[in-house]
Amino acid sequence: MLRFILRRLLIMIPTLIVVSMLIFVVINLPPGDFLSNQIAELRATGQEAGLAKAEFLRHEYALDRPLAEQYLIWIGVWPGPSGFNGLLQGDLGWSFEFGKPVAEVVGETLWFTVILNFAAVLFVYLVSFPLGALAAIRANSWVDYLAAAVGYIGLATPNFLLALILLYYGQKWLGLPIGGLVDPRYENEPMSLAKLGSILHHLIIPTIVIGLSGTAAMVRRLRANLLDELGKPYVVTAKAKGVPPVRRLTRYPLRMALNPFVSDIGSLLPSMVSGSVLISVVLSLPTIGPALLEALRAQDQFLAGFILMFISLLVLVGMLISDILLALLDPRIRLTKRSRS
Amino acid sequence: MSETRPKPQGQRPQDWPHYVDPEPWSPDDDALPASRLDPGASAARLMLTRFLRHRLAVLAALFLGFSYLSLPFVNFLVPHGANERDVEHLYAPPQAIHLFHEGRFLGPFVYPTTGRADLREYRWRYESDTTRPLPLRFLCPGEPYRFLGLVEARLRLVCPPPGGSLHLLGTDRLGRDVLSRLAIGAQLSLTVGLLGIAVSFTIGVTLGGLAGYLGGWVDAGVQRLSEILKSLPELPLWLALSAAVPAHWSPVTVFLCISVILGLLDWPSLARAVRSRFLALREEDFIMAAELMGASPARIIRRHLLPNFASHLLASATLSIPAMILGETALSFLGLGLRPPATSWGVMLNDAQNLMAVETYPWISAPMIPVILVVLSFNFLGDGLRDALDPYHDQ
Repeated sequence: MLRFILRRLLIMIPTLIVVSMLIFVVINLPPGDFLSNQIAELRATGQEAGLAKAEFLRHEYALDRPLAEQYLIWIGVWPGPSGFNGLLQGDLGWSFEFGKPVAEVVGETLWFTVILNFAAVLFVYLVSFPLGALAAIRANSWVDYLAAAVGYIGLATPNFLLALILLYYGQKWLGLPIGGLVDPRYENEPMSLAKLGSILHHLIIPTIVIGLSGTAAMVRRLRANLLDELGKPYVVTAKAKGVPPVRRLTRYPLRMALNPFVSDIGSLLPSMVSGSVLISVVLSLPTIGPALLEALRAQDQFLAGFILMFISLLVLVGMLISDILLALLDPRIRLTKRSRS
Repeated sequence: MSETRPKPQGQRPQDWPHYVDPEPWSPDDDALPASRLDPGASAARLMLTRFLRHRLAVLAALFLGFSYLSLPFVNFLVPHGANERDVEHLYAPPQAIHLFHEGRFLGPFVYPTTGRADLREYRWRYESDTTRPLPLRFLCPGEPYRFLGLVEARLRLVCPPPGGSLHLLGTDRLGRDVLSRLAIGAQLSLTVGLLGIAVSFTIGVTLGGLAGYLGGWVDAGVQRLSEILKSLPELPLWLALSAAVPAHWSPVTVFLCISVILGLLDWPSLARAVRSRFLALREEDFIMAAELMGASPARIIRRHLLPNFASHLLASATLSIPAMILGETALSFLGLGLRPPATSWGVMLNDAQNLMAVETYPWISAPMIPVILVVLSFNFLGDGLRDALDPYHDQ
């Protein structure tokens, strides 16, 4: 098992390298950078005073060097103007837009992002498992149709609009809070039970909205898998031998149908994290979504680069966890030498 | 069994007399029933029959066909231009078309509405004057537009009556007709998916085909790259890419860029499908038979491989168009996709960003309905195609 995890971790390293390259190229696609734009603006308006500072910063953050060198410095495998200080050394760089280090800008939002996505994944599992299983056992009953209907809504509605609508009616009918992730009362207070409660209360709508399309996909998948299993001869044998219905279901078919259920979360994660970024912007949740949008608009490259890196890492770690869970669940995966792809 | 069968005489079956049914029998009777009713029908015919059995898919196909075919004539069909402003009616609610006025049939007409600013609740309120019916005009000159982008034209199917207004789905913040914008926005919103899928198809089929054909390190490279791309969250990357589109470019260029961006990240699943199909089909007996009969590789690919997975690709392409339409909506909604004066559903929904829109002026969110319909239709159509395109696979 340990070897499996180690091998899986080793695979992640080249993946992360390629991902970081991709991200670096993407954020450097727009012509110029934050500082060169600022310098041009200062020149145009004749403010010579700020020029020296901007030029100094440009040199300080190595923006005047070739792109490949900038990349290596950003990662932290090449000495920058002030020695090795890249992502590997834990230095996330400077946010020009906010005038603070990136670490300070993102700060707590990283945790909220993780919490929000974790809650969404949990929601997907908790809802889609019973719903999918019921839909398969009672195929073509009202439960099945209800699951299908919810699925199609989740599939087809743009989730940002769904968020707005749920927010409005959630507030009107159920008194759910609007916007943010915690009551303003607890904004600067240390974590307490009351604050945790407030966070959970605020999490309800974002979690539902982010999880809905994933839930839809999972319900469909579990239903199809379980229906396949239920049609197999061994189930008939079990029935003929008089195994009671619940035992007949949980003993084998459900376990068999569970594997794809666990492994699929890996392929769902990217779209869920995407959704969380979008929903955070719409509902103004303090996750890294709004900061990302701001950074991309202003070409604040270190901030945007780090956030994109973090989001990708979040997905990769989530996939790693789902792979480990799957290996725990299914010995066949552990024992084959080849990694599952 | 016939009734003349004698009763068994012993206790055990082997004690029974040997019995032969006297009825006439031919070996054909016991042949398995044909799995298909018309074994001689062509594959295309079978696909069609099977597709037609899928009610929802047929409905979806009709709806999408109608939508796409009417795109060139949209400007003629709607009463207003996309950026035509009616300053007398800002945030006007949807208007109804009436047929009867005080029990008398008048043909389609509307009542004039006048707005006043409600300063206490800070919103517009509209009252209609139900004493003055204003009949609609048909095939009348309206705001000029360019038919098919070429010919200057003014003719419209229906126009607001003189002195009145015609806003069937209300108006937005600037007094622009929501229905007209919705229909005109469909031009961009519906084509963005097609262009995007064209881009992703080209990349996916090329890379997938190369990987499947060449194997070795090319295969490994393409596999790894597509795995990595698949594991990246799409939207943030789309955002980053479209943030790179300069703001001063023309709407058409921006539109093309956005389509390419949407297609750029979508190819991995397609490439994998092409590759695995390629590998699987190469092992099939009929390919070997063709090879043994001396068919050239080009002929094998053209006559045997391509028809076998072209249909599969078509279905999977249909299923990935909705993601692109939703992607465009999300990008434009965040202000990083298409930008005004271009009109698309996402651009329109950009106005519906706040709660006020949901609460006070719900008709601003109207573009949501065509988005849902189109996305659902593509899904049903894709499902139907996927089932239908595999005619020899029984249900």
